[in-house]
Amino acid sequence: MSIWEYANPKKFMQTSGIVLPWVAALSGLCLVTGLVWGFFLTPDDFRQGSTVKIIYLHVPSAMMAINAWAMMLVTSLIWLVRRHHVSALAAKAAAPVGLTFTVIALVTGALWGQPMWGTWWAWDPRLTSFLILTLFYLGYIALWQAIEDPDTAADLTAVLCLVGSVFAGLSRYAVLFWNQGLHQGASLSLDKEENVADVFWVPLLVCIAGFVLLFLALVLVRTRTEIRTRRLMALMARERMA
Amino acid sequence: MFALLMRDLRLAVRAGGGFGLGLAFFLLVAVLVPLGVGPEGGVLARIAPGILWVGALLACLLSLDRIFALDFEDGSLDLLATSPMPLEGVVAVKSLAHWLVTGVPLVVVAPVLGVLLNLPVAGYGWLVVSLALGTPALSVIGAFGAALVVGVKRGGLLLSLLVLPLYVPTLIFGAEVVKRGAAGLAVGTPVLLLAGITLGAAALLPFASAAALRVNLR
Repeated sequence: MSIWEYANPKKFMQTSGIVLPWVAALSGLCLVTGLVWGFFLTPDDFRQGSTVKIIYLHVPSAMMAINAWAMMLVTSLIWLVRRHHVSALAAKAAAPVGLTFTVIALVTGALWGQPMWGTWWAWDPRLTSFLILTLFYLGYIALWQAIEDPDTAADLTAVLCLVGSVFAGLSRYAVLFWNQGLHQGASLSLDKEENVADVFWVPLLVCIAGFVLLFLALVLVRTRTEIRTRRLMALMARERMA
Repeated sequence: MFALLMRDLRLAVRAGGGFGLGLAFFLLVAVLVPLGVGPEGGVLARIAPGILWVGALLACLLSLDRIFALDFEDGSLDLLATSPMPLEGVVAVKSLAHWLVTGVPLVVVAPVLGVLLNLPVAGYGWLVVSLALGTPALSVIGAFGAALVVGVKRGGLLLSLLVLPLYVPTLIFGAEVVKRGAAGLAVGTPVLLLAGITLGAAALLPFASAAALRVNLR
């Protein structure tokens, strides 16, 4: 019994079929609990008023935007090294989800920034890095779309993902060097030095758990769709041959 | 390797089109910006470093799809891939040829355009230095992008989308060198970082480009 068993599409479909409803239900539960708790049951912040509540969408989506790219990096590496098709398809499935999270983070950030900073957009390191991350996602998805042969596309996008990760890190530091920040520091950290206050902390954690599960559920659904599309294509090719 | 370099240079000069196009584009940017922004010297002096770097970057972008596409279409890329020279070397030589054809002319002509944009005198030296240090990175990164899309029909726009985010660090450090140089500040840190990016890209990216080419030639 090793983890590589799940690289077998059949095994993957079986297991994910069982797991998916639970993940989806749990994600819905966490999101509803976290968001309702966050929006209606926490007090307004003494400085930021009720605008602080957008944090329950902003912070988790920003976290997942980066984590989605990290997951694509790992699956791309697995594809390049061990050539498991499910891995490449999972990377393909994760990209649009990651892009959506990035856009949500940018939009909620703009909505939050307008009343707080008096501007929709500032060329702040964190904001700029996210804009660049959006470009990386767009390029990655466009490359998948542009190439017909699925294995060639998987190879090329995997290479792009590796190189892109290196340059995404570089850009992050280049942008830090380039401009001073307007964005506040991290809202969460393990050493609790600069965390948000406790009233906001617990519902935020619930929301983050909900977003992680939501991402997992969406990627599972999309990967299953990709596998089914592949099977369909294989069937149609066989029919044409006969 | 030297023979390949000479061949690429001869092709670039004789085939026409690509060689002067980047320069003409660079000139166009430098002419259009004052027309759009207004002819006030102070404003132009402040934005000149950034405009010159963005112009150089876009001019470089313009000629990227020629690096591999023509050789891919007439089949000589297959021959190069089966030749005794490693594909990584082919990529490096072709990036070098691209830099000699587009990057070096930009470096040479940039000070003249600096005059048009009212760049402060202190900035000229650093403009040349930063472009000389930074444009090789643009060529190497561009070659990687070109290797990715070589099999794609009409991949020009896709190529721009793929390459632009990769150009961000080079652009930031390059423009920072000129900006600080023009203002008379210390430029050591951005110069070193820019050189670091160029050296790192030149050392590592040919391997990624060669891997992409192998996939496309498969």
